[in-house]
Amino acid sequence: MKKLSFLLVLILGLGLVLAACGGGDDKDSKDNGKEDNAGDNATSEEASDFSVAMVTDIGGVDDKSFNQSAWEGIKAFGEANGLSKGNGFDYAQSNDKSEYVPNLTRLVRDEYSLIFGIGFELKEDLQTIADQYSDTNFAIVDDVVEAPNAASITFKEHEGSFLVGVAAALKTKTNKLGFVGGMDSPLINKFEAGFIAGAKSINPDIEIDVKYAEHFGDATKGKTIAATMYDSGIDIIYHAAGGTGNGVFNQAKDIKQNDPEREIWVIGVDRDQHEEGQIGDHNVTLTSMIKRVDVAVQDVSTMALNGEFPAGEQLEFGIEDNGIGFATTNKEAMTEEIINTVNEWQEKILNGEIEVPSTRDELKEFEAAL
Amino acid sequence: MTSNNRIFSLVVPVISVILGLIVGAIIMAVSGHNPMEAYAALWRGAFGDSFTIGETVRRITPLILTGLAIAFAFRTGLFNIGAEGQVIVGWLAAVWVGLVIDAPMIIHLPLAVLAGAIAGGLWGFIPGILKAKLGVHEVIVTIMMNYIAMFVTNEIIRSVLTDHKTTTDKIAGSASLGSEWLQSITFYSRMHYGILIALFAAIIMWFIIQRTTLGYELKAVGFNRHASKYAGMSVSKSIILSMVIAGGFAGLAGAMEGLGTYGSISVMSGFTNLGFDGIAVALLGANNPFGVVIAAILFGVLKEGAGEMPTGAGVPTELVDIIIAIIIFFVASSYIIRWALLRMKKEGK
Repeated sequence: MKKLSFLLVLILGLGLVLAACGGGDDKDSKDNGKEDNAGDNATSEEASDFSVAMVTDIGGVDDKSFNQSAWEGIKAFGEANGLSKGNGFDYAQSNDKSEYVPNLTRLVRDEYSLIFGIGFELKEDLQTIADQYSDTNFAIVDDVVEAPNAASITFKEHEGSFLVGVAAALKTKTNKLGFVGGMDSPLINKFEAGFIAGAKSINPDIEIDVKYAEHFGDATKGKTIAATMYDSGIDIIYHAAGGTGNGVFNQAKDIKQNDPEREIWVIGVDRDQHEEGQIGDHNVTLTSMIKRVDVAVQDVSTMALNGEFPAGEQLEFGIEDNGIGFATTNKEAMTEEIINTVNEWQEKILNGEIEVPSTRDELKEFEAAL
Repeated sequence: MTSNNRIFSLVVPVISVILGLIVGAIIMAVSGHNPMEAYAALWRGAFGDSFTIGETVRRITPLILTGLAIAFAFRTGLFNIGAEGQVIVGWLAAVWVGLVIDAPMIIHLPLAVLAGAIAGGLWGFIPGILKAKLGVHEVIVTIMMNYIAMFVTNEIIRSVLTDHKTTTDKIAGSASLGSEWLQSITFYSRMHYGILIALFAAIIMWFIIQRTTLGYELKAVGFNRHASKYAGMSVSKSIILSMVIAGGFAGLAGAMEGLGTYGSISVMSGFTNLGFDGIAVALLGANNPFGVVIAAILFGVLKEGAGEMPTGAGVPTELVDIIIAIIIFFVASSYIIRWALLRMKKEGK
């Protein structure tokens, strides 16, 4: 009995503390957030009732990869329309899977007009929420939801991966390539299939080692896998592993620092990862498979603003929409010759001459036809 | 002395929570955010309306069970770091039963819940028997068992339960803990009946520890292994049983997630953290079942409420993490404070 009363007092005490904190005056601080956009308000009256927000996946908004890219897209859209963070656009960060639903619901209740879910992990939760709140528009990146108020944004990552695969096959000296994936999932398999198809189109005998880290944020693991691959004679690694890929860059840079003569490369993903590869005067980033999540997010937001939200539709961004591409920032490594060849293959994809495989089964057929 | 101790165990956690909140407030004030507004947002995020209350309860449910899992093993002097893995296998087993078996609810639901508990218990049995028979330290084994659980589960989801997908189908309605009634009163939150199971589990732990011979033996082994052996108790049996029951609690936590919150299981790219948070919950709850319930409520409220701080009060997510960590730090160090003060008392005698 005494125990029980102890617990009761504990709850009451905690409640009291929190309540006391909650009751304070919050009038002055409320204004803080609004100050910076006060000037813009006049110019953007037509947009004032439109607002857009996104929920990140576990990677977080500064993952140097696609969450960040999506957020850049929303920021660019907001700034072009005179909105500011917290007043017109915002994001909610998820630290674990269970936070997707509360985050999505929170944004619905803050009355955002359009809410993006970034990443395939949000698929189920976004589907549920979209069914519950039919008055709000939703969009998911990297997967498909079926709801009359939701749009699905996917990319033809296999096409971009094909192009960097071509570049890798042209650049390699050892004829051994590596692929490091985040999670063994249908999405990342698209990268894998495209990359292998691209490399084998140039040289059918090329060896490609495929490893999955089972994690999108474990740089240590990325480094270990990269170390094993480079030790076995692989000279180019393509990573599709988000934060885990940072470990691949670290390992490549370490090797390069100890042995500047050795030619090893990393191929980046999602954004142009040129900066990640800089070590002294060298840069180990050969190229990057660029996936313009920002372009897609911005496009869809603009459509929604103009009242043309593609509700219930599935949008697939590819090379032709500028949604997918490859980076040519590293001029020394990506020679004129390589770029020209890659461009030739890009033409072949665009005019339908080749169909890039997007699953392991399609890849088998593709390889058999070579 | 006894009443002194009770006041003690009451005052220390309250003080540590208040200290945590104050230090958090100072950090926010220094970095130019209004702590009042931030804590108001925290409060709103946890208790603002029926939806957030439902979500808070949902978050508390597995924390109670993992807290119990660690507290129970600790009573026998075992440090069960493996609650995380036990949660994962329990989750998998419960969902598996929920997907594959076709039975009326009165059989299906208890069977699925039981499957979760048994799987968790099995995951506790392995480190238990290694400890009891070979003296292998349970901390090492349970940590490794966490990884085994996660990667094996991922592979089973991919190649057995689905055809290379990342999430299984929804479990049959007859195995679900969710209820439309609870959803309708909490505005579509994911609150489910699992909270009743969690509270019941706390009562069960109290009953085993305080009212049975088994519980007496487990405690005795925890106090002094050699004395218990001398008194004719089977130490290895106690260790194994303790780990199995602890694993069963953690497995139940997984079943709550699988049958209640999600209704499915997805490939995990990292640990759920339920098991690790359970360690802090058990410490704060002083390894007492009812203390664990209160500590789980506190943790659930903090974690759920914190989600509102970035959007509601403009506090950056990183700062929210720091504040939560500081509160947990003070809360966890209450254990140290209590221990230190008790030491001083004993020496003073």
